[in-house]
Amino acid sequence: MTTAALLVLADGRFPAGTHAHSGGAEAAVRAGRIVDSATLADFCRGRLHTSGLVASGLAAAAAGGHNPRDLDEAADARTPSPALRRTSRKLGRQLMRAGRAVWPSAALDDLAQACPGGAHEPVVLGLLALSAGLSPLDAAHAAAYESVSVPTTAAVRLLGLDPFEASAVLARLAPSINKIAEGGTQAARSGIDALPAAAAPLLEITAEDHATWPVRLFAS
Amino acid sequence: MSRVAAGDGPATTAGGVGTKTSSPLPRAFAVRADARVTAVADGRGGTAVPLVSGTGPLTPRLTRAAQDGASGEARVTLVGAMSAPLGGDQLTLDVRVEAGARLRMDTVAATLALPGRHGDAASYDIRLTVGEHAQLRWLPGPLISALRSHLHQTIHVDLAPTAHLELRDVSVLGRTGEEPGRLTTGLTVHRCGRPLLDQQLDTGPGAPGWDGGAVLGGHRAVGQLLVVDPDMSHEPAPQCLLGPDAVVTPLEGPGVLVTALGADALAVTPLLRWPPRPAD
Repeated sequence: MTTAALLVLADGRFPAGTHAHSGGAEAAVRAGRIVDSATLADFCRGRLHTSGLVASGLAAAAAGGHNPRDLDEAADARTPSPALRRTSRKLGRQLMRAGRAVWPSAALDDLAQACPGGAHEPVVLGLLALSAGLSPLDAAHAAAYESVSVPTTAAVRLLGLDPFEASAVLARLAPSINKIAEGGTQAARSGIDALPAAAAPLLEITAEDHATWPVRLFAS
Repeated sequence: MSRVAAGDGPATTAGGVGTKTSSPLPRAFAVRADARVTAVADGRGGTAVPLVSGTGPLTPRLTRAAQDGASGEARVTLVGAMSAPLGGDQLTLDVRVEAGARLRMDTVAATLALPGRHGDAASYDIRLTVGEHAQLRWLPGPLISALRSHLHQTIHVDLAPTAHLELRDVSVLGRTGEEPGRLTTGLTVHRCGRPLLDQQLDTGPGAPGWDGGAVLGGHRAVGQLLVVDPDMSHEPAPQCLLGPDAVVTPLEGPGVLVTALGADALAVTPLLRWPPRPAD
């Protein structure tokens, strides 16, 4: 049984730096697109079915043994925004640092050496899942869950949203998170070109704007 | 249709094509249509278009021979002899711009996705191949997703290392005052056989989260302009915002993508320019 390892990996307290990021929620709150738990749920549903699906596919493919450098290139092609590419690589670097201490492996060492500036986060996540003895589906679950847990946690801080309501948003998304993880895993079996490439135009546009703010609560 | 920007209609229409005011024929059946266009360098600095084939909803016409223009660029315009895509239609278009050739492709009007009789989805698959030192400008009018329509549009682009590309894609979700149909679009670009850009967008009823604050946030038009120029390898394009809902993003490679959201095609199309300029 590897369930406990998955809980460790997907725990928001895993020291990989995601607490400093809002997944686009800070910009969406400023623009008035997230104002309450209902609009947070809409935001999360969109993020889950776009960048969450893409991350699930990449993570599952990395955990399934696809070449991480090819996956890193596939992640670049699916991320037109330079700000989002920088964020993903930064989070990948931080996750790599924590991961090599927690579940060391030669595969992680190799990728760290090949991408000193950081590989894309979902690729590192998938490889880390593999090191932890987890399956591609587990890796996809962790990626899909993170795509909604990050903005939800941030929205609580940004809006003073009731944490009970915020957790209820995540709980209601649980069936969709499972579906996204399964979809990402299935696509990963068909090869890198078949990986999902679902785009979220507003996340791309607002990420570039957010990166220029002189004062902000979250790094992204 | 008033929300739709006037397409860049051809200066002339060739081959006895009817006037632009004649309406496409209504119809109650689905069709399969395949169109092909091949442009080659004519050896005198111009471009010849030896293959222009296709009928029905996808009829390409040579609207400018390359010797007419100083740029050596030929122009082919898609005219529709019947309304399409209609639910159930399967349309494919294969455009090849061979080494050294220059081609502009456009449409006489917007493309309107309409529902079919049986609620089937329609598909429109476009394949664009651009060879060494060749250039393709793909500048069609907007694609409009009408109520209850269901269309999958994919664009696959293969670029040689020295190929140039300018590709514009504008989707409008619903006609004026109308709820949209379901529209999924895909744009996959390979350069030298490696992925440069891969994007899918799923919108309309049944697409989860499409209208929320992460994806379109209430906007009803989304436009993109992709420019691939091998010279950008030396000097990467700068990132810049064109407004609250539009951005220029340099890709990881010699390409730049302009993305704009707005209420309608008129709001987004003027932003899709390279080099970028704010809307007038």
